[in-house]
Amino acid sequence: MISTVYAVTLACMAFIAAVFLFVIVNSKEVEADYQGVIKKWYGVRSKWFLFLLTLGIAVSFISTNPFPIPDQKKDYPENGHQVVKVGAHQWYWTMAPDTVETGKPVVFYVTGEDVNHGFGIYDESLTLVGQTQAMPGYTNKLVHTFDKPGKYKILCLEYCGLAHHAMITELTVEKADQQ
Amino acid sequence: MSSTAVASGKVEYTDSENRNALFAVKAHLIAGLSVFLLMMLGGLTMRAAQGTWIEIGVDLFYQIMTVHGVGVVGAAMIASTGVQWHFLRKYVRLSNAIFWTNFFIFLTGVVMILGSIFLGGYGGAWTFLYPLPAISMGAWSTGAAAVFQLGLLIIGVGFLILYLDFGRAILARYGSLARSLGLTMLFGKEPVDPAHPKAVVASTMVLIVNFLGIAAGAVVLVMGLINLYNPEFQPDAMLMKNLIYFFGHVVINATIYASVIAVYELLPRYTGRPWKTNKVFLAAWFAIVFMVMGVYPHHLLMDFPMPAWAMITAQVLSFGSGIPVLVVTGYGALMLVYRSGIKWSTTTKLLFLSMFGWAAGVIPAILDAMVTINRVFHNTLWVPGHFHFYLLLGLLPMIIGFTYHLAGEGDRSEQPKATDSLGFYAYLIGAFMTSMVFLASGANSIPRRWAVHMEEWVTFAQVGTIAAALVVLGTLLFTLRAIFILPGAANPR
Repeated sequence: MISTVYAVTLACMAFIAAVFLFVIVNSKEVEADYQGVIKKWYGVRSKWFLFLLTLGIAVSFISTNPFPIPDQKKDYPENGHQVVKVGAHQWYWTMAPDTVETGKPVVFYVTGEDVNHGFGIYDESLTLVGQTQAMPGYTNKLVHTFDKPGKYKILCLEYCGLAHHAMITELTVEKADQQ
Repeated sequence: MSSTAVASGKVEYTDSENRNALFAVKAHLIAGLSVFLLMMLGGLTMRAAQGTWIEIGVDLFYQIMTVHGVGVVGAAMIASTGVQWHFLRKYVRLSNAIFWTNFFIFLTGVVMILGSIFLGGYGGAWTFLYPLPAISMGAWSTGAAAVFQLGLLIIGVGFLILYLDFGRAILARYGSLARSLGLTMLFGKEPVDPAHPKAVVASTMVLIVNFLGIAAGAVVLVMGLINLYNPEFQPDAMLMKNLIYFFGHVVINATIYASVIAVYELLPRYTGRPWKTNKVFLAAWFAIVFMVMGVYPHHLLMDFPMPAWAMITAQVLSFGSGIPVLVVTGYGALMLVYRSGIKWSTTTKLLFLSMFGWAAGVIPAILDAMVTINRVFHNTLWVPGHFHFYLLLGLLPMIIGFTYHLAGEGDRSEQPKATDSLGFYAYLIGAFMTSMVFLASGANSIPRRWAVHMEEWVTFAQVGTIAAALVVLGTLLFTLRAIFILPGAANPR
């Protein structure tokens, strides 16, 4: 997902840069008939608008069906899920248990015990695989299924004071058949 | 009355009022650019510290981070208001006294904020996310947090006073905000006037959204202040977060909508082509009023208890808010310049660059505003990547381009001076690199707002440091130009 989003961003930016460069290259010649320019490029603009509109509707529909945030009102029974209770404090994590297994959805119940924090799960290559906010007075339910075993890192992703960057702990993910 | 609205549609002022107004606008620009320069030095320092090239304490790092955030927003507000006021006063009669009043209230707030950070040690970020200001674990005092929030509150009050004057003047001339925004033309109650000033349309939009945004900011600041001195008063953290991001998102976005007036007003002059007001333009600005205010929940997509409808609306409106610039403003600027025979001065280069920066900068913003993508990009350096892109390459070129115009550079027949060209290209390359390194860092999951980076991330910060140094060089040359040339420059054309 991350590399796709990055590639799409670079491609779209490059397209816009190319259009601006095209106009710069064609800025020195003088086309006295500006009405003609308007007529020609207004036609293109209508199509450009319709393209963006269609793209927006399609992307919005596809990307929100199903809705990517887990249902917060739902109970996640322990027989079908692994449940991890997470507390975020200045500047440490409490996490029970701190070991889970692959293949079975893990539900993280995340809350902030003092100020706002951000619960970010990083894999061994330091790639962010999921996150939610940890807010005082609220418990966020984050559901994630781990495919790969390993030592995952939990980093704080919401600025919470002077040792924000040191708020790191570890989550062990074991292969399902090892347990 | 010392000035009157004349039949041509433009307001006439006395010479003394005009001299004073020009001086005031220049003061806003010089103050804004000077603060931007200082904040960029702060940014350079942070990147160098993350890149392990210099060593600073984490307390100082987070203080610099706090002043960098609040300083950039403040500089953007004061400089963009200078641009907006300069053009708006041509069409509605604005008060010089109130313009200056806001300026001095702003400076008072700046002094309070600087004191709270560098004397009081406040380092709770410019977003003052409740309840962090009150719970610092001894890093700063309650008093420091209070002075910071009072400073922001005072600045907000100054702007509200200024917007009251905008509202009074616009209503005196147009009778209603609907009419000044062009809704009567858009919905066919009046024929479309191609000369209806874009400055008036944009200013009406800025007035509406900023009035509400700053009012929300005032509410949350007052609640935060009460909490500081009466900890038993504990407002709901989610409500506070909503108010803070509504306020923050609206005010920083409004700066670009205020500054783009310079492009609307100046690009037609430099290309010799008219930029007429039409229904598409009016519809776009009408939509912008709602979109700028409605998109703010895209900052809260990882707050899972937020209603799903709010998240989906924010995602859809975020995509929608890219359309006016990609289809109307940016596209219109491209049409104006295409085969126009434009003379490329530093003024015109900057104004045109601003359209690219804004149009391209919306791409990473729109993508990050999608719920499914936000799960792996939120609060990584992707976020500063997209906003540095459209602030450094969109907003600032509008403001600096206008400054160069005001200095008379755009009208000169000779080629741009070597120092201007050096400034432009250093700035262009530096700003582009800064933003792209942030985006690349975000694509590598590097979190934002970390004083100390892991070893794997240090190279990104080092490249970012070099990029930031180029931005500082370019901005230094621009700011020196503004400080030395602008005060004596006559009003161009």
